[in-house]
Amino acid sequence: MLHKPATPAEKDPAGPYKMRLGIWMFVFYSLFYASFVAINLLSPLTMATIVFGGLNLATVYGFALIIVALIEALIYDAMCRKKEAEFAKADKQKKGKSKSKVGKA
Amino acid sequence: MAIVIFIIFVVFVIGLSLYLGSKAKTSSGYYAAGGQIHWGVNGIAFAGDYLSAASFLGICGMIATVGYDGFLYSIGYLAGWIVALFVVAEPLKRLGKYTFTDAVDANYNSRGIKLTAAISTLVVSICYLIPQMVGAGVLVEPLLGIPHAWGVLMVGAIVITIVATAGMASTTYVQFLKGALLIVFSTVLVGAVVMRGLSTQPDQNGEVEFYEYSHLAAVNNGEQIEVSEAGWEVLEQAEVKSGLLFVKLSHEGKETWWYASETEGILTLKETQSVVTKGTDKWINGAPASAENQLRQVGNLEQIRGERDIETGRLSIFEFLSTITDKDTVVQTWKTASFVDDAGEKVTIYYAQNVSGDRIMRPGLKFKVEGTWLERLDFLSLMLALFLGTAALPHILIRYYTVPTPASARKSTIVAIAAIGFFYILTLFMGLGAMVNGVINPADSNMAAPLLARSFGELLFAVISAIAFATVLGTVSGLIVAASGAVAHDLMDRYLNVKMDDRQKVRAGKISAFVIGGIAILLGILFKGMNVTFLVGLAFAVAASANLPSILMLLFWKKTTARGIAASIAVGIVASLGLIALSPELYTLYGMNPLDAPVPLNNPGVVSIPLSFITLVVVSLLTQKNVKA
Repeated sequence: MLHKPATPAEKDPAGPYKMRLGIWMFVFYSLFYASFVAINLLSPLTMATIVFGGLNLATVYGFALIIVALIEALIYDAMCRKKEAEFAKADKQKKGKSKSKVGKA
Repeated sequence: MAIVIFIIFVVFVIGLSLYLGSKAKTSSGYYAAGGQIHWGVNGIAFAGDYLSAASFLGICGMIATVGYDGFLYSIGYLAGWIVALFVVAEPLKRLGKYTFTDAVDANYNSRGIKLTAAISTLVVSICYLIPQMVGAGVLVEPLLGIPHAWGVLMVGAIVITIVATAGMASTTYVQFLKGALLIVFSTVLVGAVVMRGLSTQPDQNGEVEFYEYSHLAAVNNGEQIEVSEAGWEVLEQAEVKSGLLFVKLSHEGKETWWYASETEGILTLKETQSVVTKGTDKWINGAPASAENQLRQVGNLEQIRGERDIETGRLSIFEFLSTITDKDTVVQTWKTASFVDDAGEKVTIYYAQNVSGDRIMRPGLKFKVEGTWLERLDFLSLMLALFLGTAALPHILIRYYTVPTPASARKSTIVAIAAIGFFYILTLFMGLGAMVNGVINPADSNMAAPLLARSFGELLFAVISAIAFATVLGTVSGLIVAASGAVAHDLMDRYLNVKMDDRQKVRAGKISAFVIGGIAILLGILFKGMNVTFLVGLAFAVAASANLPSILMLLFWKKTTARGIAASIAVGIVASLGLIALSPELYTLYGMNPLDAPVPLNNPGVVSIPLSFITLVVVSLLTQKNVKA
């Protein structure tokens, strides 16, 4: 017998969309992170370049990695919620139609 | 005052645990807080769970001693949450029940997966527990004035009480409370640091007089160094393996060690701090150790934008960073060297080195990104493990089971990213603040943040120390819940099929928490003195190697088989632990020469993570028939 989840999850029609979106966002962030590591390894002195306001590339890129993670997370959540709402609306309409059909019958 | 705040906090936490304990009678309540925690609370509890002693004590300490390289841990730890959010959060919530093993075994019901995944949870949790307990000892020692071992024992006892009373429910609220307090008071501390500004002679608001270290002109006559100034006698010279030269001088009856530094043909002896072990006695800076004679706190700016004897006054957060980053700013950092002198006594020297601000604020002081290809590979390995490790930490993964829906799991991860990301930005300011405010204990960098707080007064020190202590409690509680779940739920209940009713399952979990807590106490005492962030970095490497390949392939590769997962977890554990055990850093811990270590890398991820992936693919392909059958 398989071991079922503690709180059974309902079927999620937005699941495949969210998974695709997640993978693309993950790939984007991974490339951003990999570029940071690559600059450190291939051209470490570039990290000392002053970018703006007396701050060097190392500091600015480091902060950017943290801030971009949050921005991506918020975009991801907004897009997921939008898709979930679309499916919920469609589901409601479907149920409404079938209800009215039953009523007419 | 520190003790009073500390006691109030501990009493509150234990009271809360006892109250929640009266409600958690089922295994769902014990392991997953009934799956009914609000996503906002869970998000901050994630932060409380994740921002461990390594983050608060270790990262700040590392930034305080090696600058930007310590901040790389902050970046890597945060980046790992992207993997958790985009790839793992919702699918894992759908698959699992109480533990990491439940999730990877959900579609297979395989004894092999149950066994290896439970062992992996135990190994990662214990690797992660060690630095937390070391951090606890480090913290309690100055706070309560008790020895390291007693501090570890006390923390262990409190955490076992928290976990054994109410499991995940009490753990969640302790972590929520601690996560929120940590972020609020770290912000206060950073505000105080930038308001104070920078000074070349920091004196902790007039509380600790700035100490100017002496320099002596000297000549090397080919055989022996001679001091030019009268009244100084050279007693001994010691050249350590790295080529550094130290000289023992006698002056007015006092014997001290000096660092010989040669610049453009001019030899200068620079005053150091030293600890000499004479039998059972310790001598510090040429006199017996006592309450009054301890190592001086260190760390200051020698020059600010090329100027000496200057104070900037209040700065903005950007001015604070740009002033330290300036190429004409000079930071006095402290390094350590140990050797045995002519009398057979163990000598530990703390000597100053000046480093320019632009060097401090880019990678390279700890991680040799300009070094050999092996040293660069080590850096790559660390960054890979930090990125992939978060989403594979069992004590983080089980938090997804405490919320009611997959959407709540996603939302709580976003709250966690916001809270943790903000805190990690603060670590750069706290670490640099400690570096330039003369608050670092040269013998132990882990206390940099609390000591920085003390430079602003006893109240802030008391609050920050109590929070740092709560940091340890929160993380250790989470780890013990994860590890006790692996023993009682995965191994006893599901692998060995021990017949237990729900009440007996909770009891088994509580007994497991006692045993694992005891092991954590022992390890915390044994590993005293190691930087806690370095140790956590290793736990990430083990988690990323043992757990992540199976989670990812399970979700995204349809040909994944039960045997493939079990083999991948086993290879990941053995490879990562084996490489760590044979690494230069561990050779140093064994008291052996790190150059003799058979594995040249300190961080195993770059080898063990791909190896674990390859194992899963190969074994899965070889066992496809079993799937069809």
